[in-house]
Amino acid sequence: MSKKIKLVVIGNGPVGHNFLEYLVDSGKADHYQVTVFGEEPLPAYDRVHLTAWFKTQSVDDINMVHDNFYGKNNFTLHIGNKATKIDRENKVVHSESGLEVSYDKIILATGSFPFVPPVPGHERDNIFVYRTIEDLEKITEAAKTAKVGTVIGGGLLGLEAAKAVMDLGLKTHVVEFAPRLMAVQIDGGGGAMLSKKIQDLGVSVHTNKNTQNIGDGNEAVHKMSFADGSELETDIIVFSAGIRPRDELGHSSDLQMGERGGIVINNNTLTSDKDIYAIGEVALWNNKIFGLIAPGNAMAHAAVDHLTGTGTSEFAGADMSTKLKLMGVDVASIGDAHGNTPNSRSYTYVNDREEVYKKIVVSEDDKYLLGAVLIGDAAEYGSLLQFMLNKIELPAEPEGLILPSIDGSSSGIGVDALPDSAQLCSCLNVTKGDIIEAVEAGATDMAAIKSCTKAATGCGGCAALVTQVLNCELEKLGVEVNTDLCEHFAYTRQDLYNIIRIEKIKSFAELLDKHGTGLGCDICKPTAANILASCWNDHVLESNLQGLQDTNDFYMGNMQKDGTYSVVPRIAGGEITPEKLIVLGEVAKEYGLYTKITGGQRIDLFGARVEQLPPIWRKLVDAGFETGHAYGKSLRTVKSCVGSTWCRYGVQDSMGLAITLENRYKGLRSPHKIKFGVSGCTRECAEAQSKDFGIIATENGWNLYVCGNGGMKPRHADLFASDLDDKLLIQYIDRICMFYVRTADRLQRTSVWMDNMEGGLEYLKSVIIDDKLGLAAELEQEMLNVVDTYQCEWKTTIDDPEKMKRFTHFINSDKADNNVIFTTEREQIRPAFAGEKSLAIEVK
Amino acid sequence: MTNQKQWQDICKTGEILPNIGVCALFEGQQVAIFKIADSSGTEQLFAINNYCPFSESNTISRGLVGSLAGKIVVASPLYKQHFDLSTGICLEDSTVSLDIYPVRIEGDTVQLAA
Ligand code: SRM
Ligand SMILES: Cc1cc2nc3c(=O)[nH]c(=O)nc-3n(C[C@H](O)[C@H](O)[C@H](O)COP(=O)(O)OP(=O)(O)OC[C@H]3O[C@@H](n4cnc5c(N)ncnc54)[C@H](O)[C@@H]3O)c2cc1C
Ligand code: SF4
Ligand code: FES
Repeated sequence: MSKKIKLVVIGNGPVGHNFLEYLVDSGKADHYQVTVFGEEPLPAYDRVHLTAWFKTQSVDDINMVHDNFYGKNNFTLHIGNKATKIDRENKVVHSESGLEVSYDKIILATGSFPFVPPVPGHERDNIFVYRTIEDLEKITEAAKTAKVGTVIGGGLLGLEAAKAVMDLGLKTHVVEFAPRLMAVQIDGGGGAMLSKKIQDLGVSVHTNKNTQNIGDGNEAVHKMSFADGSELETDIIVFSAGIRPRDELGHSSDLQMGERGGIVINNNTLTSDKDIYAIGEVALWNNKIFGLIAPGNAMAHAAVDHLTGTGTSEFAGADMSTKLKLMGVDVASIGDAHGNTPNSRSYTYVNDREEVYKKIVVSEDDKYLLGAVLIGDAAEYGSLLQFMLNKIELPAEPEGLILPSIDGSSSGIGVDALPDSAQLCSCLNVTKGDIIEAVEAGATDMAAIKSCTKAATGCGGCAALVTQVLNCELEKLGVEVNTDLCEHFAYTRQDLYNIIRIEKIKSFAELLDKHGTGLGCDICKPTAANILASCWNDHVLESNLQGLQDTNDFYMGNMQKDGTYSVVPRIAGGEITPEKLIVLGEVAKEYGLYTKITGGQRIDLFGARVEQLPPIWRKLVDAGFETGHAYGKSLRTVKSCVGSTWCRYGVQDSMGLAITLENRYKGLRSPHKIKFGVSGCTRECAEAQSKDFGIIATENGWNLYVCGNGGMKPRHADLFASDLDDKLLIQYIDRICMFYVRTADRLQRTSVWMDNMEGGLEYLKSVIIDDKLGLAAELEQEMLNVVDTYQCEWKTTIDDPEKMKRFTHFINSDKADNNVIFTTEREQIRPAFAGEKSLAIEVK
Repeated sequence: MTNQKQWQDICKTGEILPNIGVCALFEGQQVAIFKIADSSGTEQLFAINNYCPFSESNTISRGLVGSLAGKIVVASPLYKQHFDLSTGICLEDSTVSLDIYPVRIEGDTVQLAA
């Protein structure tokens, strides 16, 4: 191959990084010798989700660099090293540390910096901006000794900063120069509704305030004085008054600049120098700076296409529509939100009770959508955006698009009407055509769509729409996703659940008789048993239920490879007395069982033959043990750390909570197993974020994380709610558990359930926290029923001679299975390998 | 004498519950016996070798029974292969089959023959 082209990328923010990802995708990366300069001490992280840093104060959740991306592709990355000069004559880039790197081509992706207006006093201590992880670290540190925090600027980022300040426990103020919040994106009515909702949350909003001086305060660190003569005292100040391009390298190297800054680019993102491209927030296109990630990514694409010649995309401006959640309030702005188009018409819907404001702006003839504002409920965002972007003709009475439908059906767009070129996911630039392609290649659920197209993995705003397209395409392709449980039931698990619950069905025979065919099988029988247990919680060995149980549930132990079973008593939270520990040791010794500490903080005794199970459990139950349900699709373990009781860092009693939770939910039969973790502080020694339910102590209570998974496809749990007290925590978990039981597929862990849930986390929150479906009380009642009817399955069994009859290997002999043969390894038993026991097999 | 089966008593009919297998020790071999009942209450007995060749363990009697495409089957409890109870043939791999045994009810007693 000919000599490599020397490419220097300046700036390692999201756009600079995505440029490199696209370069790799183009297949031409190995034609370039790539050097990257990043001023920040960390490699690229996802600034859009900067606020998520507060969750764990770790960069892990927002880190954009995975799988040794730079090393693997032989890209040289200099972080914490700012590029200080571009010598265009000699084609060399100089850096702060003194490096000199010669180049053939440069990509400038230096982004922007927060603008701090030159108000007297702005250089005082305890005044911050909100742009980098270092900024957040400083704010967090300062908040420790502060009581009041003020954000200057009531735009999108200002409100996000205000939320962070509030979450740090400070009394929070937002000061805005304009007469309303988010003046750029939303109209007066929307701004008023937004102010109201935000004030409801305890944040004070001050509009029409022009800050003239910041000086010493009396009660607090600073005193802010405004043009109207009023004053505000505050301990910390965060400026969020707009951004300015980081264009100093363009200046010093004489590239063509905009009048008010920004490096001028053309549709190929080339600057006035044909060897230098500029992308992201530093670039000025058509006299505009684009302060969002999607246009930056589109520029990065265009740059790769032009540089490598592998594509033809050009940057042609970008739609600045946005949808976000600010302090839990849905806010969306589309197109011409202010109705500036001459002769446009608008329709507005205001609901003061629900605090919802919706407006659409349409063309003079009512045919096309020009813009919209949605506050408090942005469910229509996806379809409205498509109406506008694709110039789809509106229905006869366009106001119907934002009026609540009385029957609960959604008006909105038929996704079928969208052209293939319709961009569904703007963050990752995924079109309807891309989704169709993925479906044709075999994707049948959202999880697959996400992993092969990346759609809905950015802000998530497009998830509902993408799901609709997915379903519609599946239907069309006749890939009839057969959701029937099995040949005996033409129903999904969810259908069966509803049937059983509503018709109060108590046995499989009745279910089969009314709704199924044939004799049933090893799929529908355990599923029915599981649902019957979730609903009515009768003992697994009741005469009409026992024949449905998989062998693990039937013998209340996990069958091992040789037909023996494991014995796992519950050790709630992993806490065990020495006395009980001794009992376990004695039992294991007496029956010659293999003993191991499990990955779930308890002890597993392996190698028990069926006929040994009852005497083993008799001893365990007498010593106070209960079944651990290691065999059931049910609550497994609640992993815990010692927490504040012993640990010097613990802020809550994680051990106590873990035991309470384990005892509450033990015995709940669910679509798949459920695991919990409870950590006593943010160090997270219980690894709670890898569990279905993860609970992490905070100074003020508990943060609840949901739908994590270890296992085959690990998934970090999502933060569901913060600073809950015990009561609310349990209430939410009750509801989520029962909602999962109600709506998940067979053998679907909560992680996959979440990945496939239309509307995702926000939807789950609306059902659980806002009680959108009016189900909360019912779900709680159902859980209460399960809790109240708990019994230790083993205890009930060994007390019932009828049930005990099953625990023999032979119906007509007391002999043991002669094919169960152990040998010894590391002083304990293990099943003999085939060769080691060939003799035994002959007597089969 | 060659066609004459040698029936051997195994257990009382009541000891075998509908749709739940048991294992009998029969002439040194392990035999799984199932009493399949359908919704009309009709009962049918099946006897099949208890040894699962896939897991190499004596576990067939602990499998779940049911029907698949009209055949009455048992699913091996470890790796879930299905065996046709009438022929012993494995549905997933017809080269594998289990021995089946004549089984009957004589009075209130279940009997097996070789
Ligand atoms: C015993 C144990 C391994 C050990 O020696 O430590 C174990 C053993 C088994 N695991 Fe596990 N898992 C054990 C902890 C885990 C953990 C760790 C944890 O819980 O913190 C995980 C990952 C966390 C998670 O679940 O998200 C784990 C992920 C799995 C999976 C993958 C689940 C997934 O969603 O991807 C399976 C397969 C399945 O359930 O479909 C599985 C299945 C199994 C089964 C039941 C397989 C089987 O059907 O025979 C194993 C038999 C258990 C037995 O005989 O008692 N086991 N398994 C651990 C028992 C914990 C306990 O006290 O109950
Ligand atoms: C709190 C917050 C929330 C946001 N939310 C959203 C949102 O919801 N949706 C959305 O679309 N956008 C959002 N944004 C905006 C989005 O983050 C930006 O559009 C995006 O980060 C721009 O990427 P960039 O790579 O162009 O610039 P930047 O992210 O600014 O990255 C530029 C990088 O280059 C470095 N650099 C600068 N000069 C040099 C030099 N001379 N040498 C070496 N390195 C240099 C900088 O230190 C920086 O790391 C948000 C921004 C913030 C701060
Ligand atoms: S999570 Fe925190 S409280 Fe618990 S053991 Fe670890 S450091 Fe201690
Ligand atoms: S639009 Fe943001 S993730 Fe798709």
